[in-house]
Amino acid sequence: MLRFILTRLSILIPTFIGVTLLTFAMIRLIPGDPIELLVGERGLDPARHAKLRAEMGLDRPVLEQYWHYLTGVLQGDLGKSIVTKQPVVDEFFTLFPATVELSICAMLFAVALGIPAGILAAVRRGSVFDHSVMGAALTGYSMPIFWWGLLLIILFSGILGWTPVSGRISLLYFFEPVTGFMLIDSWLSGESGAFKSAVRHLILPTVVLGTIPLAVIARQTRSAMLEVLHEDYVRTARAKGLAPWRVIGFHALRNALIPVITVIGLQVGVLFGGAVLTETIFSWPGIGKWIIDSIHRRDYPSVQGGILLIATTVIIINLLVDLVYGLINPRIRHRR
Amino acid sequence: MNETAQSMSGLESAQAPPHPLREFWNYFRLNRGAVAGLTFVALVVFVALFADIIAPHDPHEQYRDHFLEPPVWEESGTWEFPLGTDAVGRDILTRILHGSRYSLVIGFIVVTLSLTVGIALGLLAAFFRGSFEALVMRAMDIMLSMPSLLLAVVIVAILGPGLFNAMLAISVTYLPHLVRLTRAAAITELSKDYVVASKVSGARMPRLMVITVLPNCMAPLIVQATLSFSNAILDAAALGFLGLGAQPPTPEWGTMLAEAREFVLRAWWVVTFPGVAILLTVLALNLFGDGLRDALDPKLKR
Amino acid sequence: MRPRVHALVLTSALALTAGHVGAKTLVYCSEGSPEGFTPALYTAGTTFDASSRQMFNRLVEFERGSTKIVPALAASWSVSDDGLTYTFNLRKGVKFHTTKNFTPSRDFNADDVLFSFNRQRDESHPYHKVGGQYEYFVAMDMTNLIKDIEKVDNNTVRFHLNQPEAPFIANLAMDFASIHSAEYADKTSGTMEAFDQNPVGTGPFQLVAYQKDAVIRYKAHPDYWAGKAPIDNLVFAITPDNSVRYQKLKAGECHVMPYPNPADLDAMRQDQAINLLEQEGLNVGYLAFNTEKKPFDDRRVRQALNMAVNKDAIIDAVFQGAGKKAKNPIPPTIWSYNDDVVDYTYNPDEAKKLLAEAGYPNGFETDIWAMPVQRPYNPNARRMAELLQADFAKVGVTAKIVSFEWGEYLKRSKQGEHQTVLLGWTGDNGDPDNFLYVLLGCEAAKDSANRARWCDKEFDQLLRDAKQTSDVAQRTALYKQAQMVFKSEAPWVTIAHSVVFKPVRKEVVDFRIDPFGGHMFYGVDLK
Repeated sequence: MLRFILTRLSILIPTFIGVTLLTFAMIRLIPGDPIELLVGERGLDPARHAKLRAEMGLDRPVLEQYWHYLTGVLQGDLGKSIVTKQPVVDEFFTLFPATVELSICAMLFAVALGIPAGILAAVRRGSVFDHSVMGAALTGYSMPIFWWGLLLIILFSGILGWTPVSGRISLLYFFEPVTGFMLIDSWLSGESGAFKSAVRHLILPTVVLGTIPLAVIARQTRSAMLEVLHEDYVRTARAKGLAPWRVIGFHALRNALIPVITVIGLQVGVLFGGAVLTETIFSWPGIGKWIIDSIHRRDYPSVQGGILLIATTVIIINLLVDLVYGLINPRIRHRR
Repeated sequence: MNETAQSMSGLESAQAPPHPLREFWNYFRLNRGAVAGLTFVALVVFVALFADIIAPHDPHEQYRDHFLEPPVWEESGTWEFPLGTDAVGRDILTRILHGSRYSLVIGFIVVTLSLTVGIALGLLAAFFRGSFEALVMRAMDIMLSMPSLLLAVVIVAILGPGLFNAMLAISVTYLPHLVRLTRAAAITELSKDYVVASKVSGARMPRLMVITVLPNCMAPLIVQATLSFSNAILDAAALGFLGLGAQPPTPEWGTMLAEAREFVLRAWWVVTFPGVAILLTVLALNLFGDGLRDALDPKLKR
Repeated sequence: MRPRVHALVLTSALALTAGHVGAKTLVYCSEGSPEGFTPALYTAGTTFDASSRQMFNRLVEFERGSTKIVPALAASWSVSDDGLTYTFNLRKGVKFHTTKNFTPSRDFNADDVLFSFNRQRDESHPYHKVGGQYEYFVAMDMTNLIKDIEKVDNNTVRFHLNQPEAPFIANLAMDFASIHSAEYADKTSGTMEAFDQNPVGTGPFQLVAYQKDAVIRYKAHPDYWAGKAPIDNLVFAITPDNSVRYQKLKAGECHVMPYPNPADLDAMRQDQAINLLEQEGLNVGYLAFNTEKKPFDDRRVRQALNMAVNKDAIIDAVFQGAGKKAKNPIPPTIWSYNDDVVDYTYNPDEAKKLLAEAGYPNGFETDIWAMPVQRPYNPNARRMAELLQADFAKVGVTAKIVSFEWGEYLKRSKQGEHQTVLLGWTGDNGDPDNFLYVLLGCEAAKDSANRARWCDKEFDQLLRDAKQTSDVAQRTALYKQAQMVFKSEAPWVTIAHSVVFKPVRKEVVDFRIDPFGGHMFYGVDLK
């Protein structure tokens, strides 16, 4: 197992360096000029422009800039935002919990509904239930989620008034963030109603962001389950007269979950992508919206640092998924 | 007459193995969803081909006395604009009909681009193992570590917003999966006897790659391609929604949604219909894709 | 499908107004996050709303809701006859905020004024490098204008200028000229970043907390020199999406919102819980012809295209009625606006004739640049460009719509790569010079803000004369004449001045629209 972890880790290092190189190169290829954006319609004279570029370190040779950036990254310094002039790392980690909270909730939503729905659909293959679950899943999978979000806002916030339109918690509640996770913070604050308010704010974004993972997980669970149900050992277990729920719960599920876990891991990257859209629609103060805004403002250090940190997160999560996968499925671990 | 024909064909299939395409079709048509999907896709293709004739108006014509008119079944709607008009008085039905062209073109170009490059890279990686393979596969790992939408956004930011650049960006984000898939399939095939045989008989490398190995890797790639087709439509719409895809006044569905966003509370029809069009088209393609996979996947043929 | 506000949400709205026992909390749904809290370092309106307009004062200020300059931290001032020396008598007894990092030991005095300006103009000032750039200070040419700032005594400061500049006093009322505490700067000299992160000012509100991209909380400054604000707490709920802002306003989750969707205005007018305030904005949106390029070097072509544009349709479709047709390059709210100027009337036939006369009977091909962003003077440039394209087509001119990323757009249009370009301007200080000289003067015609690259000797001389004198009547006459020259030369199609709308809830008392586009909450009360 240790060896397995070590080989996985050793692949990570070139990947990580590649990500720094790619982000750095991409950012420099984006046309546009942060300085022009800062001064707007007025514009500024070329001498002043050159001076500002020099102050931002944009006039030095590209390789030197990259070296400076890479050494900075290794020391945990991702530079300062051109717009707010605050360290990028600070900006990222003030907003990151909001995205993580939303992503976790969306994933829990998807798993909690998707796995049971998939299992039931597989067990009752061909039933009306199976058809409606699979129909719904395929529709969810085909959903343009930004449009889905708008529809839900029109319906639940606009017409019915059941859920708040945007934000993470009602402005009534004010407490210093402890963890950055609003659900936990509102619980800790002890203010009555704060937790409930945080939950209400989370519902629509969770549903929107969770829709596609839910569809994927439900479909994957069903097909994995179907395959397992046909395996000999399941038939044997059945033939031995074990109770159906034991067969499904112990024998089938454990093996069916392996591909499902892979899919969940793959969905993490999809979630961050979806977060960009979801956060834009719900004015959710998270990383996705921040990066898009930073791209629009040509805030190079923020975009570069933000993408690097997200990529790192994805890499780490994929590693964890691999490890879990190795744990449940010994065949992977020993395969060379 | 009918019965005899059926039993005849039944007899035939029992005796000789049917033509692969025919066999595929026999499996495929059993899947009602897939057939429905295929029918709808055919409809979309038809609409795209004949949009100029079917559509009641010109997609760019601004009727300046008809800003934001509701669809026909609403109180002040008229048959002149069955699905209403948008903020500058263009007929929404016409624009949606014309939008089908963009969606099909997007899907087609993205699939062609990503499939060509992806297969080429994947095959090369499988044939020339070693440092070239490592380089390609690491590059794909790096791309996979970035959320694909984010990667697409950055690429569009580099190339500049626009429909073609959006398609290019989306194609790039589809590469890693295709490269991995092709490489894995090709490596499996390479160890098989028939490849070894043709190697021994002196087949040259390009021939071996394209003629001998590739056709046997196609089944998973075709499935992936249909999935990519519908995903490309969704992703292009998302980029359009973020203002990075097709630019107004192009009647691309995502761009129409982005333009319509400010009317969410006032003119629901401008927001609803382009979204419905995207959803139905993508759904139909996915139904079709599912059917395709089931028909091609020997495991499920029981 | 008309959305209704649910009763449940309304009750929470009432609770919000009541807040803690007796305390009045006003919530403002702002459109974006501030870049920071030191106005001089930044240029965005959201930053000024969050900083200078609530937490700081300047020597002189614009009266709330107007462009009139009134005394603030300077109780009075005088200008020497040669226009080179400005003497300010500072107000006494002005208290800085007491925060968890800082308890002021003295009142505001001349040292604070010197600190605030020297930080921006003196590169060797210890705080100059902290935070970086001072773009507004530089842009208003203050570096070249100010020769010296002299502390006469604790309560008197004198500015010496290098040349007379009539708009100088208006410049001092701008956000970048906000006064900071020199004493606080001394305290934080160990960790200079803290100075900008935990701001201390003399203004009516002080910062309590900022949750990035979400909420800014302020409380009233109890010892504010002009009297404590009627409200006790001020909250900025950052809500970038305008339809979401409207939802929140309807639901009572906020009291005031900026930049409503033009599409929502009708519904807002009908809403019983909302007052829709409106005022003409201090801005102009225009289409500039590149007068250096053929065929736009020909005045007749420019005039012809002026006649080809159907401005009424643009006001309807782009501004949804929230705009007024423009005939002058300055908005009617600015003094010296010349109402005698007659605009070109919409007449495609006449335009065709004029084009034929200029040698283009079959029209020509050109481009229309449309900016990729929403601006106060143009809510939807692409839509506007589409309408212009259709208008031009009617007189035989084929135009291609071109767009770039915003920074690139600004840069390329500054360098004159366009044939025609859509742009606009929002006034900084309410002086006509801030429109006419900046946007149309010869000095700006070479790779600068003058996108028409139009340099007219007569026009330019009028503006230069107007800069030299502080006599308002004389300046008014000069500017009026300049507007006549502008119209007959037609370097732009003046398209519209947008009307600024501010929906506020009925319980809000005395909110006034700021002509500069800002939002000020001192003096606002809640019923």
